[in-house]
Amino acid sequence: MKLITHNMLTSKCLKGVMTGYPLAINATDVKVKEVDFNPEFITRVIPKLDWEVLWVAANSIGHGEGLPKTLEPKFEEDEDLLKRVHKVLLEVEVEEGNLTCPESGRQFPISKGIPNMLLTEAEVQ
Amino acid sequence: MSKRPEHQAPPEVFYNEDEARKYTQNSRIMDIQAQMTERCLELLLLPEDTPCLLLDIGCGSGLSGAVLEESGHMWIGMDISPAMLDVAKERETEGDLVLSDMGEGVPFRAGCFDGAVSVSALQWLFNADKKSHNPVKRLHQFFSTLYACLSRSARAVFQFYPENESQMDLVTSQAMKAGFYGGVVVDFPNSAKAKKFFLVLMTGGSAPLPQALGTEETDNSLQVKYAKREATRNIRGKPVKNTRAWIMEKKERRRKQGKDTKPDTKYTGRKRSGRF
Repeated sequence: MKLITHNMLTSKCLKGVMTGYPLAINATDVKVKEVDFNPEFITRVIPKLDWEVLWVAANSIGHGEGLPKTLEPKFEEDEDLLKRVHKVLLEVEVEEGNLTCPESGRQFPISKGIPNMLLTEAEVQ
Repeated sequence: MSKRPEHQAPPEVFYNEDEARKYTQNSRIMDIQAQMTERCLELLLLPEDTPCLLLDIGCGSGLSGAVLEESGHMWIGMDISPAMLDVAKERETEGDLVLSDMGEGVPFRAGCFDGAVSVSALQWLFNADKKSHNPVKRLHQFFSTLYACLSRSARAVFQFYPENESQMDLVTSQAMKAGFYGGVVVDFPNSAKAKKFFLVLMTGGSAPLPQALGTEETDNSLQVKYAKREATRNIRGKPVKNTRAWIMEKKERRRKQGKDTKPDTKYTGRKRSGRF
């Protein structure tokens, strides 16, 4: 699971959960896989991100170095920053571990890089 | 027994390792999936030359994702079959994968995707595979959560195989209830094989539906006129075999079915000279 997915993923499908965001990451295996850098995509996607959630998530899996805690307004001119965001968003992958819902505490396992968001019958709304 | 996969077993059971392997080895399946994804992308009407973040619903082994990558987009895929997702992982797709059931809702934050595509997945929602499944409720849950996670003015395009008219009505009415505008576009309606259904859903206000392929006479009045002409032609009978009129009619029929047909020229159906 890439951190861009984590930034979008919620557990709001659970019964009784209102926002279910952000999910806490507990990673046991993290990999870095090289992906082509596309500055245009990164500048387009940054406004959509919840920056604080990304910062916390990146630090919780040990890849937060060089990421500013708050985003400067003119981030699109800073190519160095874009490259760092690219690395954190698309190259770092959580292979094994689990995600925890902040409201219900329900854990979603991540295995082979794929988070399992399937619910049981009782959890469906 | 019917040949439809959705009648045989639930999706997470039907798409086991054997079935998943087919999706990487069978070049015909791969071709068709790629073609349908390209058509979906065309119907999405994304802004040109801007990389977008797309959601692939029922991404399977990532065949549709490969087409999205080629067009320069980033995608996140969700699917219910672990075997298919494993194959996608092996193929080293650029997109990211989530194991999730579309009938339980789309588990993403509000407004994060620029569009959604889905190839041959929506028809699975018409089935109640478990005692607790209620297709209408699942469709509602799916469309309402999908509406929330799309950005404004984004579109969602689904290629699907409805079994009958009532399934099409159900799916469009549920989508409208969730707040979408749009409807079903049928490509090549006159052909048995090339006929394809696309549910085109829009979030930002109603816009005219895109034109389907292989339909020149979609206007109702025109169709009536055409029917009349057809009727009078039948009175006179079919044109004599091997004549120019017969060849032209045959080519017209092929064109309507969306098959490859050479253009009509002055040489079409002309006799060869005796010298040849």
